[in-house]
Amino acid sequence: MRINLDINGEIRELDVEPRTSLLDCLRDHVGLTGAHTGCEHGVCGACTVLFDGVAVRSCLMFAPQAEGSKITTIEGVTPGPGEMSVIQDAFCETHGMQCGYCTPAMVLVAHALLIDNPNPSRDDIVDAISGNICRCTGYAQIIDAIALAAERLRGANRPVELTK
Amino acid sequence: MKAAPFEYSRPADIDEACAMLAADENARLIAGGQTLVPMMAMRLARPTRLVDINRIAGLSYIRQDGDAIAIGATTRQCDLERSATIARDIPLMAKAIPWIGHAATRARGTIGGSLVNADPAAEQALIAVTLDAVLNYREDKKTIEIAAGEFFVGAMVTSLPSTACLTGLKIPVWHGDRIGTGFHEVNARRSDFAFVSSAVQVQLDADGTCKRIAIGAGAATDFPMRLTSAEQQLVGSKLDAAKVKDVVTEALADIEALDDLHATAAYRKRVAVSMACRAVADARASALGEKLHAH
Repeated sequence: MRINLDINGEIRELDVEPRTSLLDCLRDHVGLTGAHTGCEHGVCGACTVLFDGVAVRSCLMFAPQAEGSKITTIEGVTPGPGEMSVIQDAFCETHGMQCGYCTPAMVLVAHALLIDNPNPSRDDIVDAISGNICRCTGYAQIIDAIALAAERLRGANRPVELTK
Repeated sequence: MKAAPFEYSRPADIDEACAMLAADENARLIAGGQTLVPMMAMRLARPTRLVDINRIAGLSYIRQDGDAIAIGATTRQCDLERSATIARDIPLMAKAIPWIGHAATRARGTIGGSLVNADPAAEQALIAVTLDAVLNYREDKKTIEIAAGEFFVGAMVTSLPSTACLTGLKIPVWHGDRIGTGFHEVNARRSDFAFVSSAVQVQLDADGTCKRIAIGAGAATDFPMRLTSAEQQLVGSKLDAAKVKDVVTEALADIEALDDLHATAAYRKRVAVSMACRAVADARASALGEKLHAH
């Protein structure tokens, strides 16, 4: 069936089988491979995208259900080609990743958190990433990254920007 | 981990959705899809048609309706979590919602979807049973009401007819001073499926005597249960810890607890007593807190 999705600010007209998950649609039909395929049943969080600004699991939704909605993937959070968002920068500086598999989802969850709550406590951060599994870092540096990004965004006195 | 092929429909209203269910016995409704989609990915569910009710107008709301709060079936859990109405009038639900899945699943999951899924561990079913919610569903162009206590009949089994669609529920609001709530749950990881949960709402007299109490036990058995005998014995008491433990133990003595790899029946039964005692103690403390605050 034909569907229209607003992906990172661009309207895409796609032809998908109804059973195509939003995740497979993004990866295989649109070529955006930043949302990662992990467990495909809603446990690991690696496929997280922003759906109308809210973090959701793209493996737990069929592509036709997203018709007309605004989807932001990790590819949509950078200010420009070759640049990184404040949150991505903070992940680099604090070594908030090792293998990188969970990282796009962690960054998007951090975006969703900081839109709602510019001054999160450590508990707020832990709660926000509690649905995302990382098997490398032990989470400590990820928490540090989000805290650092929050501090910088508050200092810069500007809201989190989602898409260019 | 890919779903089997199916047809996808987006009906304009509830009656059209019910007609689609009646026309194909293997058709299934989808709302938030946070349980159905993984079931389909694992091919434990293979509906021939998905009837998507997400966009049906008027199914998502939180509003006052007489002495109750009415909630639409496709109201998302994140909307309940952020609702000032729920926080004020159904504080027990507000306390339980953060325990449902994760923020990313609460962003899509609906209250109606959780109720009809009837997972023994589901927090929303426990709250509905504890607070005597009344559920509404639509079937054959008629709206029918059913008490939450009669809706759940087994693990993952409800009395909802196969061609019906849940439209919403009403939860009675307790009025007056010195109302307190308590909610406790045990699980393996943060926001994982509960092994045991307990929800309690209490109202105290000016001298701290229990005037009214509702005690619900979740996850331990096939579907949430009320500890009615304990409730009856506690009304008129001071909710003294020893007495609470006695009556709760007695009320849970004959349950057939679930038993699996994660938690044995003996464990669930024992911990169900502890969770209920803690929830009663919390409810009592928060009711007294309101009293202290008022003075």
